[in-house]
Amino acid sequence: MASSTRVLRTTRNIVARPQSLWRNIWRRFCRHRLALLGLLVLLVLTLGTLFGPMVYQRKINDIDFTASLQGPGLAHPLGTDDMGQDLLARILYGGRVSIAVGLTSMLIAVLLGTLVGAVAGYCGGSIDNVLMRLTDLFISLPQLPLLLLVVYLFRDTMRRLFTPELGSFLLIVLVIGGLRWMQPARLVRAAFLSLKEKEFVEAAVALGTPPLRLVVWHLLPNAMSPVIVAASLGVGSAILAESSLSFLGLGFPPDMPTWGRLLFEAKDYLDTAPHWALFPGTMIFLVVLSINYVGDGLRDALDARKVL
Amino acid sequence: MSLYLLRRLLISAPVLLGISIVLFAILALAPGDPFGELALNPNIPPEVRLNLRQQFGLDDPLVLRYLRWLAAMLRGDWGYSFVSRMPVQLLIMQRLPTTLFVLGSAYVMALMIALPVGILSAVKPYSVFDQIATTLAFIGYSLPTFFTGLLFILVFSISLGWLPFIYSSTIEATGFAWVLEHLRQGAMPITVLGLFEAAALTRFVRASMLEVMPQDFVTTARAKGLRESRLIFKHALRNALIPVVTVVALQIPTIFTGAVITEQIFRVPGIGSLLIASIESTDTPVVMAITFVYAMLVILFNLIADVVYGFLDPRIAYN
Repeated sequence: MASSTRVLRTTRNIVARPQSLWRNIWRRFCRHRLALLGLLVLLVLTLGTLFGPMVYQRKINDIDFTASLQGPGLAHPLGTDDMGQDLLARILYGGRVSIAVGLTSMLIAVLLGTLVGAVAGYCGGSIDNVLMRLTDLFISLPQLPLLLLVVYLFRDTMRRLFTPELGSFLLIVLVIGGLRWMQPARLVRAAFLSLKEKEFVEAAVALGTPPLRLVVWHLLPNAMSPVIVAASLGVGSAILAESSLSFLGLGFPPDMPTWGRLLFEAKDYLDTAPHWALFPGTMIFLVVLSINYVGDGLRDALDARKVL
Repeated sequence: MSLYLLRRLLISAPVLLGISIVLFAILALAPGDPFGELALNPNIPPEVRLNLRQQFGLDDPLVLRYLRWLAAMLRGDWGYSFVSRMPVQLLIMQRLPTTLFVLGSAYVMALMIALPVGILSAVKPYSVFDQIATTLAFIGYSLPTFFTGLLFILVFSISLGWLPFIYSSTIEATGFAWVLEHLRQGAMPITVLGLFEAAALTRFVRASMLEVMPQDFVTTARAKGLRESRLIFKHALRNALIPVVTVVALQIPTIFTGAVITEQIFRVPGIGSLLIASIESTDTPVVMAITFVYAMLVILFNLIADVVYGFLDPRIAYN
């Protein structure tokens, strides 16, 4: 009896459970220690900004001039700004905005890029040529000056059309996403060009798969790995773009303290209240560094050429 | 080589045209009459306003307005600044040398760091040096310039008091003292920008060298008994630099982002800080012109990258 269970167990070990694709990717991702750490930091920060304000209930705009420019202390864990507003509350709120901007604008960029890349790669010929020239043109646009120009010209209209907050958010997200679709487009196109020649696609065509189904079911899923890596890194650069814009004083309105905006306000008080700049700056750095490590880990995990 | 350069020049003309169309389209789509501020001034009687509108051709068809605008831009007639009441091109020419000085020095510094560090890392991959260098490059790449800039001011200007944190364009010294003062005030902006670029470049140089080193022609050269230094610099590096140049050329638009921010932090009187100031004072002609200048700079640097290509791999130039 005892020996037969042992035999059973050994055979089970030899045959091994069937491995799912995602489990494999996750296992490979876990080999990259720093990527795992980055993911953990990101999770903590995202959950913190989402649920932090529920636990830490101080308002972001409680003005108290008797407590202005205080360093970290018991009453204000991360200190206060020049109007005595609590910095921890503002950083938590700012994190929500910054992370939301990063995710949304990257989503826009990836959707747009995938669309352009898929059309170019699938159709080929002159359509491909025109779309790729357009991509090249967008790559050589000076990003920040153009970002500034568009925000400058459309800011007031967008704020009038929607609420000031929503208007600024939509404008910034659309512009950042609209200037960042080129890399996903190129990646998707390149993947499509090589996938089109593969046997399984030929088989699908021979079976009479309609074009849309072919693209969505057979081509896109196989073209996604490099796009996922680019997208994860893109969230970081979108957060940086938003912070740069806010740091130049041209992002969100003053009552919406994003991390970049906090730095913008803090930069004239570096000598008396360095904590004001240090905390939001560290947050941006931490988030971007973690995202970059996660992207690095994803690259290792999704690269099918790498055998374990 | 000159034929090749001419060809690249001809290819970049449509790109400049495309950029100008994008710029003009943004301006045309924008609400209001960005160029018509004068015409909208309520102090000006309606008939004068109508005259002005006609004179500026604000009611002409879009294509005509675009062609007129493009012709004026190409002729170097960029209009008058609303704020400083002087021709925009003069305003920009005053500022451009400073921007190019900071940008150029930062780039030289980045190359001087990235090349040796990247090569050393790739020659001995996964050594202690490589691991430290890669980690530092990763951190440097994730540190935004606006944060490093503030940190530099905090440490070197406020805590240590070594360097001035405001850039002055009028230095009252001559000769050696003038050069020294320029270096002292340029030190922080150049270092902030240079270190950021160096971090990105180091990663590319290392990755590219790592790909070249195990290739057959390198092994052959080693089998011939070449000295390791000659092998690295003469054979491997030259081939490894080709993809690096590609990436650098693609990165140029991003570099200007860092440059605008650095100029703003350290109050460097370049075109980046002029752009921000003009946006704050809604000085549309200047804003448009500076964006156009940045676009031209991107194309110029791409041309330089093409020349470097031709130098690194003569086959590219002859094909």
